[in-house]
Amino acid sequence: MLVVFLVLAFIAVGTALSMLLTRNAVYAALFLVLNFVTVAILYLILGAPFIALSQVTVYAGSVVVLFLFVIMLLGAERMPGGEPLRWQRFLAIALMVILGADFGARMLGLGSLGEIQPSPADYGTPQEIGKILFTQYALPVEIVAIILLVAVVGAILLAKSDQTVGRRRDLYKKD
Amino acid sequence: MLLNEASSAAPVFGLAPLLVFLPLFGLLINLIFGKRMREGLVGLVASLAVGLTFVLALVFAATLAGNPEPASMRFLEWIRIGTLDVNWTFRIDTLSVTMMLVVSGVGTLIHIYAIGYMHEDVRHNDDPGRFRRFFVYLNLFIAAMMILISADNYLMLFVGWEGVGLCSYLLIGFWFEKGKDGIANAQAAKKAFVVNRVGDFGLLMALFLMFRYFGSLDFNVIFEKAPEIAAATPGVLLAMALFMLLGVTGKSAQIPLYVWLPDAMAGPTPVSALIHAATMVTAGVYLVVRSTPVFIEAPVAQAAVMWVGAATAFFAATIALGQSDIKKVLAYSTVSQLGFMVAAAGMGAGVAAMFHLVTHAFFKALLFLGAGSVILGMEHGAEHGKHGAHGGGHHDFDPQDMGNMGGLRARMPLTFWVYLLGALALAGIAPLAGFFSKDEILLAAQHENTGVFILLIVAAFFTAFYMGRQLLLIFFGKPRSDAAKAAVESKPVVTSPLVVLAVLSVLGGALNLPGVFTLEHWLEHSLEHVAPGEFSLATAGLSLAVALTGLFLAYLVYGRKFADKPQKDPLSGNLVYSGMEKKWLVDELYDLVIVRPYRGLADFLSNPVDLGIINNLSAGLAWLMQATGDVLRRAQNGFVRSYALVVFIGVALILAFILIQ
Amino acid sequence: MQNVPAEYCLILSGVMFALGILGVLLRRNALVVFMCLELMFNAANLAFITFARIYGSVSAQVVVFFVMTVAAAEVAIGLALMVEIFRNKRSIDIDQLNSMQG
Repeated sequence: MLVVFLVLAFIAVGTALSMLLTRNAVYAALFLVLNFVTVAILYLILGAPFIALSQVTVYAGSVVVLFLFVIMLLGAERMPGGEPLRWQRFLAIALMVILGADFGARMLGLGSLGEIQPSPADYGTPQEIGKILFTQYALPVEIVAIILLVAVVGAILLAKSDQTVGRRRDLYKKD
Repeated sequence: MLLNEASSAAPVFGLAPLLVFLPLFGLLINLIFGKRMREGLVGLVASLAVGLTFVLALVFAATLAGNPEPASMRFLEWIRIGTLDVNWTFRIDTLSVTMMLVVSGVGTLIHIYAIGYMHEDVRHNDDPGRFRRFFVYLNLFIAAMMILISADNYLMLFVGWEGVGLCSYLLIGFWFEKGKDGIANAQAAKKAFVVNRVGDFGLLMALFLMFRYFGSLDFNVIFEKAPEIAAATPGVLLAMALFMLLGVTGKSAQIPLYVWLPDAMAGPTPVSALIHAATMVTAGVYLVVRSTPVFIEAPVAQAAVMWVGAATAFFAATIALGQSDIKKVLAYSTVSQLGFMVAAAGMGAGVAAMFHLVTHAFFKALLFLGAGSVILGMEHGAEHGKHGAHGGGHHDFDPQDMGNMGGLRARMPLTFWVYLLGALALAGIAPLAGFFSKDEILLAAQHENTGVFILLIVAAFFTAFYMGRQLLLIFFGKPRSDAAKAAVESKPVVTSPLVVLAVLSVLGGALNLPGVFTLEHWLEHSLEHVAPGEFSLATAGLSLAVALTGLFLAYLVYGRKFADKPQKDPLSGNLVYSGMEKKWLVDELYDLVIVRPYRGLADFLSNPVDLGIINNLSAGLAWLMQATGDVLRRAQNGFVRSYALVVFIGVALILAFILIQ
Repeated sequence: MQNVPAEYCLILSGVMFALGILGVLLRRNALVVFMCLELMFNAANLAFITFARIYGSVSAQVVVFFVMTVAAAEVAIGLALMVEIFRNKRSIDIDQLNSMQG
């Protein structure tokens, strides 16, 4: 198990790093897909099959595809010019070091959290999650539904061109 | 408004605050409604206010005649801090009532005179709207003077003291934009105020010492305790008296602080008459006489007062000889006569001092008002002479220069006669008022100190001489200029007060005739140490002879030789006369020794210190703020990434902080 | 087979999160910044799942579910905004979004 985990971890970190470093936005998106899939497999190991597959469907399947749409729509594969604000790079890296050290210390300070045992049969199954979702978390479900609705409406409104809206208004005025 | 009767005094004394408030009401009416009132009404209101005050003073006098004990009316509780307890208390006793009668009586006459005089003057100076302001100031002055003389403690006296100083400033600088270079009047007013301030400093120091050593500023307390304090710490009492003397030299124009009074002639003539002849300048004399119990305990101070007075009397009389401006002669004469009074007060002859104060008020006011009448006549003559071509303001021709006058006896007969009476009274010719009062002073001096006596006799001689000179130059001989030829007699509203004052100058001697000594008996109840009056025929005869000699000599020098053109004074051409004419260069000396170094210091502190250091300090602070802002501004550069960086730095810091915990 | 110590998963989550922040700070392309944001979300999700496994609670997985949903909604809006910005500025370089003078 450990070996599998380590391999997956390595891939995850590697893709993340590559996504950071590549100049091409499309490549970054593709690396992100890889990252997502890897994490999904990790979820499987951690005993969350439903979440794992939702991850693949929602994240890797729709979010990144959306990203790719927009990248290609805007033609933003390559960014011209160099990177200004060079000093930021060093500052950011220093920041990361601090953050990382912080996390690490915390983790190690927590003592052993046990090991990941193979999960029981009915842990993390869709039925289990469904049960909790529609009883204990029914209200958040509704709220999230509204959020999604708002997002859809907002996205449509934002993506409408101004001229279209203006023309609409003029149309109404003529009446 | 609690009117407590401190002693079993007559209830009419409860009206005492009206002494101050009647002039104040007059002032307020003129101030608020004056713009819509005719000139005559403004003057009437003001004169009525003072007139009613005079009536009130008469009532008090009548009451006191029946029962001459002093009375105190507490009007307001003013200060009560710690051990300092000062109230606005009115003191009605024979001394203060005497002053009240003089101030309000002469004041009323001068108010009436001023109606006519200012009517001409504001037209001459092209500002008819300023008529009302004059009467507001005059009433304010009367109110302040009343506060001074009716005070029952030194602090209220000081309030009045300062108040009359302020009114003096306002009235001297009444035509503040006129005068030589457009500024001379304002400068004269400033000089009066500043010089008076030096005197006020002295009085204030005396007040501080009084509070420190007596614990109170009430007259009664101080006069009672004076002997014991003097026995315990004689130096303190001496210092107190000497400081008071400094105040007196300021207000009553003695050496060394007399220099403001001649310059104060820049004010309109009624001001000179009221303030600088009859009332304000006598405040110093009143102070000394009132403080007799204090001065008695400090014989050194008394001697100082006496010598200062005598020296001033002599010195000023010499200067008066050389002046060619009609009002300047009278100004120096006032200084000189004040010297007489101050010397008398210093000798302990309080009655003589007060007697001379009263008679001097009569004839000096008369002389000033008469001079005003003469000046008006000259101005009319000048305007007629130019056949109506008059603008307001400045002529090259000076209507006040005696060299331009002459022969006015024919053209202004009434003015001539009253002026003559006033001049003779001043010179000390029997049986006019001045003779009796001056004689008493000379008598006291003779007993006291021969040196002082000689100084005063010589001063009396000079007095007669310069008054004779003035009379001859103005009224006799032939007119020396067109203006004099065309001079016109003044209106009745101007001349009637003159007549009243002339009568008073003639009859004023009756106040304290030898043998009867009315004033002395009257004042006995207020002053404790009154020397019994005497009459010495020898001294009287001597003073009369001196006066007559002075007049005769003046006639010899000035009476016969004047032609009909302005010419130099017959006495001029020698060094002594130049000195007298140039006031012995005292003003120039003060300028050199005091004013210039002070100016230099002020310049130094202003430019390098204030502008340089302090200004730059605050400017530097502003620069610092600006520079800091400039630096901090760099953080707002509009780059999203740097903002995000800052956010995450914050997060990292907080996490690190929690970690360290 | 050895079992995986739970801390390792958490460390992995932390590393991914740190990399996400680095990306947000250092990349100029707005879309890539967005993607790094997604990476950060993912790291958090991983931590949640790990803790769910440790404490045997399914509620944490439900939380992850919600996070995913909201993240998806946010991406939709965010991309719409990107499109709008691009229309205005003809560029999605976030350094170009600076209108301040001086």
